[in-house]
Amino acid sequence: MTASNPVAARRRLTGRAGLTVLAVLMSVITLFPFLWMVTSSFKTRATVNDGKLIPTEFTFDNFVYVFTEVDFGRYLFNSFFVSAVITVVALFFHSMAAYALARLRFPGREKIFTLIFATLLITAPVVLIPLFMVVRQLGMLDSYAGLIVPAIFNAFGIFLLRQFYLGFPRELEEAAIVDGCSHWRVYWNVVLPMSRPILSALAIFFFLANWNAFVWPLVVTTDPKLQVIQTAIAQFASQSSSNYNYILAGTMVAALPMIAVFVFFQRQMVESIKTSGLK
Amino acid sequence: MTSVAAPGRARETDTAAPARPGRNRMSRKHREWLAAGLFILPDGLGLLLFVGIPMLLSIVLGFFQVSGFGSYEWVGFGNYERMFQDPMFWESMKITGIYVVVLVPVLFCVSLALGLLMKQRLPGTGFFRTALFLPYMISLAVVGLLWKFMLDDQVGVVNKSLHALGMDGESWLGEPALALGTVIAIMVWVMMGYYMIIFLAGLQEIPSEYYEAARIDGAGPWTQFRSITWPLLKPTSFFVLIMSTVAAMTGGLDLIFTMTQGGPANGTSLAIYYIYTQAFGFGEYGYASAMGSFLVLVMVLFSAVIFKVTGSGRFDDDR
Repeated sequence: MTASNPVAARRRLTGRAGLTVLAVLMSVITLFPFLWMVTSSFKTRATVNDGKLIPTEFTFDNFVYVFTEVDFGRYLFNSFFVSAVITVVALFFHSMAAYALARLRFPGREKIFTLIFATLLITAPVVLIPLFMVVRQLGMLDSYAGLIVPAIFNAFGIFLLRQFYLGFPRELEEAAIVDGCSHWRVYWNVVLPMSRPILSALAIFFFLANWNAFVWPLVVTTDPKLQVIQTAIAQFASQSSSNYNYILAGTMVAALPMIAVFVFFQRQMVESIKTSGLK
Repeated sequence: MTSVAAPGRARETDTAAPARPGRNRMSRKHREWLAAGLFILPDGLGLLLFVGIPMLLSIVLGFFQVSGFGSYEWVGFGNYERMFQDPMFWESMKITGIYVVVLVPVLFCVSLALGLLMKQRLPGTGFFRTALFLPYMISLAVVGLLWKFMLDDQVGVVNKSLHALGMDGESWLGEPALALGTVIAIMVWVMMGYYMIIFLAGLQEIPSEYYEAARIDGAGPWTQFRSITWPLLKPTSFFVLIMSTVAAMTGGLDLIFTMTQGGPANGTSLAIYYIYTQAFGFGEYGYASAMGSFLVLVMVLFSAVIFKVTGSGRFDDDR
């Protein structure tokens, strides 16, 4: 396997060097826009379009502006609150349903699972209009409930958790049931603590998806107080079309929490995409 | 009961287990049924209300004229007749067609190439993977604003850089055909890191012994790819193809919204964007639902073709 032929070895080495250059080039293409966003958000209005990477006049004013003149603090809070509530409630409900579908025996189990699985095929933008009608009928337009409740229900999480529970050691729950624990106690004291790794991995993705959600919050709210950061930045941008120093500070505020999440949980996220994407 | 079954012993079926007398009137079997029902209830109800009913409603709404708040009028196939005569809708379907047919293969090839590149264990692979995945973390709304800023005709960094290199800049978002190409390129930029990871996972499942054997037989990289990687990667390829097609046909609304608003001259008005504006811009909920149902139908047919052509990504066929 090891190259005994020096010519072949050298050729392989140049090949690898070429591939490394290609990888560097691709990374620059993906990273440059972010770098540009970061440095431009520290430029003044006069220099934001000067085409230089390093700001000639460095200023924090853009960030001060979006938090004082525009209510970005509130929008950030709304995004955090909505995303966090959806994530926690969704994981709780999904793990309960998934546990029952994977481990409890009852008539019609496979039928119910197939039905839930079928909803995976329905993509969100397609049901946007009728979902809006349903939520309007329930009187949840322009409320936190309207932002939160419809976003909780998603078969993807149930599906992944069910896969996880199918591979669970049965002995533990059996022992607990035989000892006279109710199914609820088994779930709460045995199953839930043991699902912490998968729940935390899913939590990252749920939070990410809801933090970045744009279309549903746009449709369901008109009250400026209920704006989430993504719709707020879009609206702010359309109102101040040439003040890119402010807009970019806004996009930084909207993007930074997810970049931070990514930096901290990168390995975990990559691993869970690898397993969940296919199984 | 504890004397009958030793704790810790795994039993596969115990529906015949004796009911516990006294303490609970319900049999163990029925308690399990009840628990299962209660466990599934919250999600089941929610999915019914916020996914199942909307899905049915989207078909039903297509046969109504919906005006203002809550007045519905049955129009039969009126909305569909209107749809077939609406040049704007067909224009948006054509744009969606071009968008999907260009985006999906390009995204597929770029992601696969990146997956193969990341498998080479180059120095700094961890860094490259992080960099390439980063755009996926950012909302499309922010991505749209950021690129709009960078692609500005006069002051955008892209054209300024081209000028500095002695080239003419382009009006990236100012000319319909070019704007659609720009949107596609940006979507590739956003999604390639995600599909790269999925391809990488598929690639890592191929046993390395196969490659070693092929090398001993004198197979070059291209032969190795064609006779080992490509056939064994088929399930992954199929998954990526279906996922990206469905996402392309119904997604991208956020990006269009913040970057082009369907313009210039409706050049980037994807069907989903046209449907959105009809519903929430003009209150034509019934008409928009009819178009939405039609789009879903096209999507299902398109997916069925992919299923058919690729044989659902099974290994066993020869190509």
